[in-house]
Amino acid sequence: MTPTQADIDAEVAAAHAAYEKRLADGGPVEHQPRRDYAPYRSSVLRHPRQPPIAIDVTKDPELVELASPAFGERDVTALDNDLTKQHAGEPIGERITVQGRLLDRAGRPVRGQLIEIWQANSAGRYAHQREQHDAPLDPNFTGVGRTLTDTEGRYRFTTVQPGPYPWGQHVNAWRPAHIHFSMFGTAFTQRLVTQMYFPADPLFPYDPIIQSVTDDSARRRLVATYDHGLSVPEFSMGYHWDIVLDGPSATWLEEGR
Amino acid sequence: MTKIDTSDPANALPTPSHTVGPFYGYALPFPGGGDIAPAGHPDTLTVQGHVYDGAGGPLPDAFVEVWGADPEGHAPQVTGSMRRDPASGGHLGRNGVEFTGWGRVQTDADGHWYVRTLRPGARGNSAPYLSVCVFARGLLVHLFTRIYFAADDAARAALDADPLLAQVDAGRRDTLIARRQADGTYRFDIRLQGEGETVFLEFT
Ligand SMILES: [Fe+3]
Repeated sequence: MTPTQADIDAEVAAAHAAYEKRLADGGPVEHQPRRDYAPYRSSVLRHPRQPPIAIDVTKDPELVELASPAFGERDVTALDNDLTKQHAGEPIGERITVQGRLLDRAGRPVRGQLIEIWQANSAGRYAHQREQHDAPLDPNFTGVGRTLTDTEGRYRFTTVQPGPYPWGQHVNAWRPAHIHFSMFGTAFTQRLVTQMYFPADPLFPYDPIIQSVTDDSARRRLVATYDHGLSVPEFSMGYHWDIVLDGPSATWLEEGR
Repeated sequence: MTKIDTSDPANALPTPSHTVGPFYGYALPFPGGGDIAPAGHPDTLTVQGHVYDGAGGPLPDAFVEVWGADPEGHAPQVTGSMRRDPASGGHLGRNGVEFTGWGRVQTDADGHWYVRTLRPGARGNSAPYLSVCVFARGLLVHLFTRIYFAADDAARAALDADPLLAQVDAGRRDTLIARRQADGTYRFDIRLQGEGETVFLEFT
């Protein structure tokens, strides 16, 4: 039986209440979702049951995970951060720019690292074979971008506002509009793949994926800010979103945390 | 809503992870993603395996990133894993000469993946290993593990002295050690859950 939205809502509320209880009992703030999060059904058979083995990186600064693969000018082309310029024509939709900074846990910029993004088109359709949503494909939009952060850790993309889309895990399941982001840090331990959302989306309460981040303030950090100063006159709406990589790094180690 | 005042490190709280979802296919994989070793290098090894879920089913929509030292134990700082063609904007892939140490490979419809890379040298206190990061639909936070090798007695002696392997129950240690096959490749299956569950790592 396909679950109903009410079934999923009840499970989301229960997971949230369980987290609030852990906090009240003195548990730590959970910045990351738990891999075992049943309201998102695909997680049920895909999360380890054994706890991870902890590696204290301060014991060995030579761990290869404390270094990161390097990317540079040969790995991106100049237009890769403009998703509206990859085809002969202009994609349909509301043009937006998304910009922000890539930072580490100490608030320091992560320079010259790779950010990759992908998203649905303005009708909520991915240009992917397995995607069966019958919204129209846009021949002028693949929805893929990449860029390197600059010396201040800044990145910037020009794209179109992605549409929400249905995904079939429960009756009437809709994903809030989002852009997928993939980031590298100064250490492989800081690797991050996540999704950026748009302000005040009415679908947030119904979406078990964003709700998998049970901490309210952590969840809000996935939502970009509309910034009128970043809107370009006669051209695009501007959004600001800073990304903070979790996980220890070599610089963190040098400074004794 | 979430404009972070980055002048105050106390506000630099981690951005939560999310699943990679099923639709990254145009964005993340690239041609030759698993062909990390420069062509014809004598110290090349091939690692292959499947990714399985808790019911023993293969994952057709996972990808694996592999990151390792060069044979001398140095962490490469070489760019160019996914070189681009300035004319077409398409992917050129690696140049076949330089070693970047990093690769990314999708599982196929059978959940199978492979990488060809250089045999990593030892670093610090550890036996030689490749670092692995696993991503998939359904996985809300990626998973780190390691591939160790036990080709001969010297390699096995190094494993006995490895600080991470010493932390792992003897009964689960084999999930971190690639098995040499008759064809000379190394087999490393990744089991996300259940019997034979791979040992996953957390860096603190
Ligand atoms: Fe999506």
